[in-house]
This record gives sequence, C-alpha cells and structure tokens, in this order.
Amino acid sequence: MKNWLKSLRIRGGVHAEERKDATLELPIVSSYPVAKKLYIPLQQHIGKAAEPIVKVGDSVLKGQLLAHSQGLISAPVHAPSSGVITDINFYPAPHPSALPIRIIVITTDGKDQWIEHIPVDDPFALEPEEISVRVAEAGIVGLGGATFPSAVKLNLGRQHKIHTLLINGGECEPYLTCDDRLMQERADAIVDGIRIMLHGMEAPIAKIGIENNKPDAIKAMTKACQPYDNIEVVTVPTRYPMGWEKQLIRFMTGKEVPAESRTTDIGIVMHNVATAYAIHRAIRKAEPLVSRIVTVSGNATKRPMNIEVAIGTLISDIFSICLTDKDTTARIVMGGPMMGEALPHSDMPIVKATSGVLALTQDEITVADEQPCIRCASCIQACPVGLLPVDMANLIRSNQLDSAVNTGLKDCISCGSCSYVCPSHIPLVHYFKYASGELVSRQQAQHKSEQTKKLADERSKRLEKIEQEKEEEAARRKAEKEARDRAKAEEGVAV
Amino acid sequence: MYVYSAIISLTSLGLTLGFLLAFAGRYLKVESSPVVDELEALMPGSQCGQCGYPGCRPAAEAVASGDAPVTLCPPGGSALAEQFARILGVEIDLSGIAEPELLVAKVSEETCIGCTRCFKACPTDAIVGAPKQIHSVVADACTACNKCVDVCPTECLQMHPVEITLKNWRWQKPVVNNTLEAAA
Repeated sequence: MKNWLKSLRIRGGVHAEERKDATLELPIVSSYPVAKKLYIPLQQHIGKAAEPIVKVGDSVLKGQLLAHSQGLISAPVHAPSSGVITDINFYPAPHPSALPIRIIVITTDGKDQWIEHIPVDDPFALEPEEISVRVAEAGIVGLGGATFPSAVKLNLGRQHKIHTLLINGGECEPYLTCDDRLMQERADAIVDGIRIMLHGMEAPIAKIGIENNKPDAIKAMTKACQPYDNIEVVTVPTRYPMGWEKQLIRFMTGKEVPAESRTTDIGIVMHNVATAYAIHRAIRKAEPLVSRIVTVSGNATKRPMNIEVAIGTLISDIFSICLTDKDTTARIVMGGPMMGEALPHSDMPIVKATSGVLALTQDEITVADEQPCIRCASCIQACPVGLLPVDMANLIRSNQLDSAVNTGLKDCISCGSCSYVCPSHIPLVHYFKYASGELVSRQQAQHKSEQTKKLADERSKRLEKIEQEKEEEAARRKAEKEARDRAKAEEGVAV
Repeated sequence: MYVYSAIISLTSLGLTLGFLLAFAGRYLKVESSPVVDELEALMPGSQCGQCGYPGCRPAAEAVASGDAPVTLCPPGGSALAEQFARILGVEIDLSGIAEPELLVAKVSEETCIGCTRCFKACPTDAIVGAPKQIHSVVADACTACNKCVDVCPTECLQMHPVEITLKNWRWQKPVVNNTLEAAA
C-alpha cells in the first residue's frame, strides 16, 4: 500500500527496453594499453574553458595540471597519462556538429607514470572549505552528464545549509551500466566519497537512490553503508527518466523542486555515484579526474564492456579495443540512446561527460517517416515535467516561440520521452531543442541590438558636438576678425 | 418649464465638458504615440531602409497606424513580427517568414589601402583604423548595415556570413515532409 502510494509520486516517463544485458555481468576493464595520442579538450564542463599553462614540447606526467580553471564556474584539466605535448590546436569536438574546439594533444610514452601526489590519511580532519578547494583543483565535474563543476555545488550546499545529500544511482538510460558496475565493484570507495561530501557540505544525512533493476548494486551498496547510520540506500522503481534530478527528489523525499529554482532552495543537493567515487579518489589519494568508466555497447560492438578509460582517448581507439564493426555501425551515440547525441564520426575524444559510447546497427534505430498528429495525448502522459509537448511543437512549427515559452518550453529537459512514445514519430524533442537554441540566439541578438543602438547614439552625439564646436570656432574667428578690422579702421582715422 | 431647465443644464454640461476636452487636447497633448515608441525600441535601429520607409521611426509609425504589415522588417525576422503582433493585438501566420541570414563585415587585408572612408561611414563605430593603416571590423558592434561596403573604393570590405562555432551552433528546425503538409 505504502509503495503504491509512493509510486503516485512519479509523473510521466516511459519504460524503454533496457538492453543492458550485454555489459551487465562483465567486470570493469581497467588495464589496457593507453592510446598513442590523447586529445584533451579545454572545455569539458559547463562554464568558461580552461587556459593552458603548458607549451608544445613540454613533457608531462600523469595527473599534472595542463590548464587552469577560469573564473568561478570552470574546471581545470589534467594530463591523463605521461608523455609529451605535441599540439595545442583546434580539433573536432565530441558534439553532433563536429565543430572545432581547443584541444591539447599528448603523445604518450606508454609508462603511464604518475606525478608525485601525497595521499591524505584523514580527510575528516580537513576543513570543509578545504574539501571544496581540493575537489575544484582535481577538476571534478558532475559525471552524470551535466558536467557542472562539483566544487561549486559543494559550496552551494554549505551556503544553503542543506539537510539531505541525495546520491543518484538511477542510471535510467538503456544500454548504460557504468554506474551499476561501479556500485557493484567499488561500493566502499563510493560510500567513502559520500562521507567526504557530507563533511564538505556540513550536511547530516545522505540517501542513495538506485533503480530496482540493479539488485546486485543495491546489495553491494547496502552492505557498504551498514557501518554508517546517516547513509541509506533507497530502492526506486525503474522508469525513465528516474535519473532526472527533480524526478528522483520527488520520489525519494516527496518534495517538488519549484520551476526555475535550484534543489538547494528546498535543502537538497544531488550528486552522481561516479562523482562520489571521483571525489573519494581526489581527496584520499590526491588523484585528479583523469579517467572515467565508459559503457561501450550496441550491436555493432563485438566485445561490449565497461572500460575505465583515460580522458582524451579517441572513440575510434576504444572501438578497436571493443572490436566494433565499422560497416554495420549505422549510428554512433555518445551518452545513452535517449538523451545522448549522435556523432558524425568516431575520431573524437572521450570527455568527462561521456558515460557511454554506443555503436548502433540499423536494426537498433528507428527511422520512420513522420506522420500527422492524431491527438492521442501519449506525449502529455509521458512528459515527466507535466508539459503539453503536442501544443508546444505546433506553436514552434508556426514560429510562435514566445507562446511556446508561455506553455512551458523553458522547463523542458529534453529527456525524449515524448518522441519515444509518439505513434506518429513526430520529432518532438528536436522541435524543443531547436526552439531553446533559437531563443538564446534571439536574446543575444536583442542584447547586441541594444548595445549597437547605444553606440549609434553616442556617435551621433559626438558628431553633433564636433559640429557645434566648429560653429563656435567660426563665430569666434569672425568676431576676432571684425574686432581687428575695427581696430585698423580706428587707427586709420587716428592717423 | 422643465423642458427649459433640461435644455439649459444639458447645454451647459455639454459646453463645460467640451471646453475641458479642448483644453486637455491642447495642454495634455502627448507628443508621440507611446505605441510607436515601443515598436521603435524593438526594431534593429540601423535605419537600413529595407522595408521601403526612410528609417525605423517612420516604419514604426506605419505599422502602428496599420498602413504596413507587422512583417515589414526583414532584419527583424519572425521574432520581431511576433512581438509586433503581440503589442498590436494582430493575428499573424509566421510560417512563411524567412529568418534573416546573419552577416558581418570583414576587411580583406590584401586590398585595404587605409583610406579611412569606411570608419567615417560606420554608424556604430565598429571599424577601427588610421590613415594608410589596414582597418579592422569589431564584429560585436557590426550591424551589417552595408554602409561601409558602399563607400569602400577597393571593394575590400564585404559582408560575410557569421562564422559558426560551438558557441553559436544551434539545432536546425525539423523539416516537415511534403506528404504531411498535403494531409494538413
């Protein structure tokens, strides 16, 4: 009964085919030869890009700082392996557009030699502020995919006096099992990371939410939490998008995060399990974030696996380890199939945000022609935010973006549930992504037009002033000349 | 008798109110229509004349009085048309309006002779340079008004599409296929 009542808290969502079997049972692979070249983007996080402090030709060791963070919301970048910097230039970004992004290229020496780092024996003796500083220095960002700098979140937690730290072990995307395997194999390290975060945020309790399709992870995590009264594992139902922050908060605490506000406003901060693990390594072992666990899957991959890979490794290098067949690959997806992005080719690096790389065959992707809307309202039922996707898409189709915003466009999280359930295959999320981008462009255009108007005003004022000064000057000269003439005339009279 | 008092009182009332209105019309006169001001503030303000009016202000007056359609401004695109329609309470179909292509002026360094004509013509001071030095355009301040292109003696100043980077890359609008249009 209680469970049934609780399940009412879940709004919308879909139950997608999980397709996690391929990698679910396999242990994480962490020993593999490091790629010959690593391509490390300077921007792998939300905020400002990092600024390089190394030059071409420098030798670097694993974990050495490559680029400083810039400003408050930013993250530094470290060398994922030892070697020589061979280039700092623009290369294709791991993004659907493949537009250039600034990248540091390291030619590795194969030794994978760590820079000297001093482990911390008792992180709880450190000041809470010191935890944030060290997390920031380690370049840790939200590893669930949002890549928001974790230190900023820890600071926010401390400032807002939060009462609960929620840990997201939802992993609701199909195919992905990296968090699942991490929780099964390294539960103690994750729980240690959670304790360090609690200390850093001065928060009393933590809850770990794990979907009920991961019984082994739940078992392992429950066992690891046993010694600590203030950390608890909560089983949550399997329903995409359970891993969405606000959905998980609503289910686990019964509280709704208001639109356009942060979770800290209701006293909650959420971090991903992989972030907790990264924080454990950064504080205990003083190792910066230089690798992450990536699920490599999809039917075109002959040896699907979870692999702990150095940041900056090219996807093509990973595909050759996992024996991915290029010919049968119809689409390369970075992230999960629901929210991930299709990449045009595989010569792009793994970044901090990459939770998975999928090589999908033609059978795994739906390519169907768009049909007219039959007003079935499936999308409205599926929307976890409670929006009206059908109305929003119609407004956007006729370019009425302002009206679409009034219908709630800004609250859309692009989870893809609406597109997934649409029987007419209408690309609903595509419309919302287009509209959100267009709104940003319009805002920028508006801002620019205000600035240029100011410039034009200033120029016309300046020109007027110059004109006026000229006139005054002419008048003054005229007056002087007249005075001189008069004086001459008077002299003439006097003589 | 009642008739006379009614006539007198109503006449005097009418006269008083009439005079009041006349005074109000003269002394409380609004210099320009606030609607026109509002519309003009939204317009690009580069006085480009593509709408057929001599500048943004006359165009805004024409839109406000209903002489011109809300879709008259090509640089404003559908964003501006939608805002106009909202202010004026007009219903419009925006699906046919082309979005303006973003342009920016660029100096070709091979052919620039440093004649200083362009930066004198620039309405937003977006061009910097000195006599006999190669000039340069500050892209953030350029409104693509074409005034510099007209005065350049060597045609080294040309309009180019704005370069697409990761910062300004956007998802394209989904294309609706033709069979669907026909069905609708």
